[in-house]
Amino acid sequence: MSEKYSFSLTTFSPSGKLVQIEYAIKTVSEGSACLGIKVSAGVVLVAEKHLPALADASSIEKVCTVSPVCGVTFSGLAPDFATLCRKARKQCQVYNTLYGHYPACPAVVRQVSDTMQEYTQSGGVRPFGISCLFAGTGSPGGTGALFQLDPAGSAFEWKATAIGKHSVARQAFLEKRYAQAMSIDDTVSTALLVLKDGFEGQMSARNVEIGIYTTRDNAFRTLTDSETREYIAAI
Amino acid sequence: MAMKGKNCVAIAADTRFGIQAQTVSTKFQKIFELGPRLYIGLAGLATDVQTVSERLKFRVNLYELRENRRVKPKTLLSVVSNLLYERRFGPYFVEPVIAGLDDVTSEPFVASLDLIGCPMVTEDFVVSGTCSEQMYGMCESVWSPDLDPDQLFEAISQALLNAADRDAVSGWGAVVHIIEKDKVTTRTLKARMD
Repeated sequence: MSEKYSFSLTTFSPSGKLVQIEYAIKTVSEGSACLGIKVSAGVVLVAEKHLPALADASSIEKVCTVSPVCGVTFSGLAPDFATLCRKARKQCQVYNTLYGHYPACPAVVRQVSDTMQEYTQSGGVRPFGISCLFAGTGSPGGTGALFQLDPAGSAFEWKATAIGKHSVARQAFLEKRYAQAMSIDDTVSTALLVLKDGFEGQMSARNVEIGIYTTRDNAFRTLTDSETREYIAAI
Repeated sequence: MAMKGKNCVAIAADTRFGIQAQTVSTKFQKIFELGPRLYIGLAGLATDVQTVSERLKFRVNLYELRENRRVKPKTLLSVVSNLLYERRFGPYFVEPVIAGLDDVTSEPFVASLDLIGCPMVTEDFVVSGTCSEQMYGMCESVWSPDLDPDQLFEAISQALLNAADRDAVSGWGAVVHIIEKDKVTTRTLKARMD
């Protein structure tokens, strides 16, 4: 693919913008939503899956475990996310082989953001059509961290954020509801409540995925269908 | 060699650089600082001692810039192991020992590796060099758990000097670093210059 073009397809417009990246951000804002909330007890990622009635929900993964201590979710193009996940997983394993422990969230985000930036400045490729939310440990032995990466590769650290459809309204909701000292259970409930605002149809384990990073165990995992059902029922 | 004490570690080396029987220098550095409380000592071929310490410093510097924090002793062990195993079929002729205190918990740590990177973490002491057998004997005799910094200094100095005196190509000067939570004391020992 890159042999045919040695020039970047992402070029500056006269007004100084990288239009391809703007369009990618548009793709993201029309993608199915996800949000993340960071509290002292850990970080919660919640994502909505838009599925047709007959689709098999278990085959579509919106929250991905990048390493035992880091997870990620996205809004935008699912195949782009799958590629990035694969790369991120490999990078985590390389790091683990070299240093004997898995990278903290900032290190993972740095590498993924480098990859995303490459695709905005290389020949014959287009930017990734996703924004992702990373949840993991902020530093070895420290508390959790929540990072957002946009299609340009810029990284932002957040206390709580929503991306994808209805993100503006959900962000405002989060600002009202955010408290640093919530328990993990309360955080999941809050996240689901925020997701419910503007959610199309009924929330169920079929169209919602939850991932949790806990500071105490220093581990990230995605919840099973039954656990998700319990949390949804509780709100 | 390196030894663990109570909330402290010690690392010591002789300072001879020789080409078989000929002593070329009596001030050869074999212990290198990789962090305020983290030291590595390298025994073996002099050129590899220098090259490995330089390449290691390179990797540690990049790590600290990227991670924005000091490297932990255990992580350093992994880095050295990796560096050496990369040259599995044409190795660096060095056998490193690592001594340090964890940057956050200040827990003492000693470890050694063979020339192709096999790591070994111990709870008491590690030795490497031409007189390793003599050093093992001396360490086993003088070391006991929970020595305070002064006692540890005596122990490691006696162990090193007497082991080196029983080896024709070791000795010609010695240096000892005692690493504590708030300071590092470096002393040169008055050794037999033969």
